[in-house]
Amino acid sequence: MAKYGFFLGCIMPLRYPGIESSTRTVAETLGIELVDLNGASCCPAPGVMRSFDQTYWMAVAARNLAIAEKMGVDIVTICNGCFDTLFEVAHKLNHDEELRAKVNKILKEASGMEYGGTVNVRHFVELLYKDVGVDAIQAKVKGGRKLKAAVHYGCHFLKPSNIKNIDDAERPHIFDDLVEAAGMESLEYKDKGSCCGAGGGVRARTPDVALKMTKENLDNMTDAGAEVIVDCCPFCHLQYDVSQPQLKEYSIPVLHLSQLLGLAFGLEKDKLGLESHKVKVEL
Amino acid sequence: MLYPFQQNPYIRRPPSTDQVRALTEAREPKPAFTRKVIEGGGRTVNLCFQCGTCTGSCPSGRQTAFRIRKLVRRAQLGFEEDVLPSDDLWLCTTCFTCYERCPRGVEIVDIVMALRNLAVRAGHMAEPHRKVAELISKTGHLVSLRDEDKALRGKLGLDETPPTVFSDTKAQEEVVKIASICGFDKLIAEGGK
Repeated sequence: MAKYGFFLGCIMPLRYPGIESSTRTVAETLGIELVDLNGASCCPAPGVMRSFDQTYWMAVAARNLAIAEKMGVDIVTICNGCFDTLFEVAHKLNHDEELRAKVNKILKEASGMEYGGTVNVRHFVELLYKDVGVDAIQAKVKGGRKLKAAVHYGCHFLKPSNIKNIDDAERPHIFDDLVEAAGMESLEYKDKGSCCGAGGGVRARTPDVALKMTKENLDNMTDAGAEVIVDCCPFCHLQYDVSQPQLKEYSIPVLHLSQLLGLAFGLEKDKLGLESHKVKVEL
Repeated sequence: MLYPFQQNPYIRRPPSTDQVRALTEAREPKPAFTRKVIEGGGRTVNLCFQCGTCTGSCPSGRQTAFRIRKLVRRAQLGFEEDVLPSDDLWLCTTCFTCYERCPRGVEIVDIVMALRNLAVRAGHMAEPHRKVAELISKTGHLVSLRDEDKALRGKLGLDETPPTVFSDTKAQEEVVKIASICGFDKLIAEGGK
């Protein structure tokens, strides 16, 4: 049984805990052991924190990496934002000793820990596709209604592809394949790779601009006949879920891949935490 | 009578008064600022040849007047007075589409990040961002744990308080200490000035 440190981040445990409970159960069903990274913090968020001070951003991320290193596990996350920060900082620190020494000086003074540069960071979607496989997932699916799903990859799962190297950043397929394995029909729609609008601190500073981007995506999804939006990031999830009641004209339910798999595996609905969603989920 | 070539708009005319003014008032590049951008992570800034693939790909620019190509040009020329106070600098969602498509391999998001770090140090910090940064530097998370979150977590069979810095005061103190060592708490408290 593969063992990973489950990095929680902020939005999932504190705003959509249903994604957390679904991920834990889905992982168990598929034979992935998730252990808690006790005392971990915000990744920290690549939008505001990296924009403000990259040294602080790296030092806090290095602390999270060091916690996993001490436990002897690699990290898995279900959030594109956490994935971006932790992957990118691990990439920098694992390959650049000089930078690692600089960051470790801060980390050691604050916590007594040092990061040795040995942790790999995985995204749950990529882990499922590459290590578990579509067939093994399909084998666990209990059936249910085949819905038209608009898959939203988000930005920081695949990009920047020069270091992440997971799938083609312009024409990806791995997330679609998993959604189809769960018994859904994954739709093609206009500008499918587009940003939800929330990232980079845009949602916090100029929510109207973020909303315009979200609206354009929602229009494209609606035109394609989407019955459900499937995401792999709690921040995109929040943006789609909170924006639809604001825009009034849409009501497409939003599910994280973990919740969709939970449904497909026949888990009890009350373990998916769907009641914290703003757009009612009746599937 | 005008010959056809005289009607050709591409034939050079004498510069207009505005064009003459623009030429005589043109600013000199400031390489010292460009150097700061490069040191802050924008090491590929000078590779840009201004083709505009970035602007054509930008989902934010589709909704606003933000033009990422111009931002990169200003960074190349070191026009900090244009870049640092600019609201446009904060309209990038860091979606990496331009970064992926750039034919010159310019690491555009890294340039935006370097510019934002410099803008913040120069005192350009929006209040909503300052609040988020303050929350992280003081509590270790960017959102709070409310009673309703605890209740739902409990109902789902999770620990009411997640096993993060929220359940561990010593861990939280470590994160707060990182902010103080980096001078980040002071930066936030003083709004970057």
